[in-house]
Amino acid sequence: MIKFLLGVWNWFPGWSQIALIDLGKIVLILVPLLLSVAYLTYAERKIIGYMQVRLGPNRVGPKGWLQPIADAFKLLFKEIIVPTKASRFLFVFAPILAFAPALAAWAVIPFTDKLWLANIDAGLLYILALTSMGVYGVIIAGWASNSKYAFLGSLRSAAQIVAYEIAMGFALVGVLMAAGSLNLREIVLHQQGGVHQWYIWPLFPLFLVYLISGVAETNRAPFDVAEGESEIVAGFHVEYSGMAFAIFFLAEYANMILIAALCSVMFLGGWLSPFEMLPAKLLAVPVIGTVLGNGIHWLLLKISAVLFCFLWFRATFPRYRYDQIMRLGWKVFIPVTLVWIGVMGGAMFLTPWGFIFH
Amino acid sequence: MVKALKRYLNTFLLFELLKGLAVTGRHLFARKFTVQYPEERTPISPRFRGLHALRRYPNGEERCIACKLCEAVCPAAAITIESAMRADGTRRTTRYDIDLFKCIYCGFCEESCPVDSIVETNIFEFHFESRGEHVIHKEQLLAIGDKYEKQLAADRATDAKYR
Repeated sequence: MIKFLLGVWNWFPGWSQIALIDLGKIVLILVPLLLSVAYLTYAERKIIGYMQVRLGPNRVGPKGWLQPIADAFKLLFKEIIVPTKASRFLFVFAPILAFAPALAAWAVIPFTDKLWLANIDAGLLYILALTSMGVYGVIIAGWASNSKYAFLGSLRSAAQIVAYEIAMGFALVGVLMAAGSLNLREIVLHQQGGVHQWYIWPLFPLFLVYLISGVAETNRAPFDVAEGESEIVAGFHVEYSGMAFAIFFLAEYANMILIAALCSVMFLGGWLSPFEMLPAKLLAVPVIGTVLGNGIHWLLLKISAVLFCFLWFRATFPRYRYDQIMRLGWKVFIPVTLVWIGVMGGAMFLTPWGFIFH
Repeated sequence: MVKALKRYLNTFLLFELLKGLAVTGRHLFARKFTVQYPEERTPISPRFRGLHALRRYPNGEERCIACKLCEAVCPAAAITIESAMRADGTRRTTRYDIDLFKCIYCGFCEESCPVDSIVETNIFEFHFESRGEHVIHKEQLLAIGDKYEKQLAADRATDAKYR
């Protein structure tokens, strides 16, 4: 049997074998990702429910575990209504444009030391380029809807993204300076040596700026003025229904997971275990060693922790006013990141304390 | 100067935001208040005003004497009564309709009734399956009264000393 399968495999020409392997890897990344997107919505409803001293969804399936499936089915069977005088092509294209970059960015995320889809040297640039692509989906959706509320939402979103993209970029410049590489795998490998070596400590202000800009970038509460259901109904996606709406929904949550993954990779040591400084003898013990050692489970754990913070913020903070968002972005985050980059540069090149940032 | 510095420090350390997060974080582990409705129910007051009923005396005679006070007091004009003389010479209703869509469940009919005939039960889970069912007639009201008489009498007895 195995011989037969090998024979079939070898029958493919070499170039298609590479393509097939990559395709398999893409499926291996995307299927769990989409499943976790579905269950992130469930986790969000449950966690926010618990924080509001209620139970959250618990009727569909045991403990409500089938709730996201039921939601997806409901949305699948609903009609997609295109408003009159809407730009039809852009109206349908916008959700795709919002969703695709959130998935494409996963190509360069290193899951473990040996597991990734693409190990490109400009990984950080690729990430920056793709995360800023996502906002075009929002802007185009607002414009194509031919609705004033949607248009207001997309304008707000555009201004917000412009403001926070810069702060986010500068925060990543800090990581780049510390690691000396744009390759995400290199960045993680530079944080080796246990929890005290992670970049969250020397780059703490940049971590905070990145996390908060990440919340703003994904249009999540308290930065959800683009949706602002109490002000402009639902913002950019008022006119969307059925699967088109569901794709915006998926895009938002996929973006959240992506930002959480980037946070883990760049500031929290990615797949590295926080206990790397433990004696090698302990790490060689069969089960405990695997759990405490490096591995994808640490990456997943860190992603979940950051995601929990996202949900926690949403349960806690009221929405920022539009002008407050602009003030925070332009007058606080950009100066803070610039100052910290200056401090880092000064320390690394002019004083002997540069090792702090390495 | 010190005050301004303190304010800056508090802002940059996100002190107040962390306090807010602590509040929601505590509530994450708090006991949940949700009542799982069909399985669990909240206690109902004996004064609860739900679906209407017409009561009878213990000997089986209907209480209602068609005085039409409830019809007059009803703020939503939900009650329609027609009356006639019965064979034994007493005045009785020939028609007693309540439009449950008009009814606002204020309980004035019950308050106004001199013979405690029209009452509101503690039933709040009722529904209609076809058009017109929302107007309930005398026979239905009497049937509800017969079915829940025990509960109705008990509720009225509990409440009697406060009236």
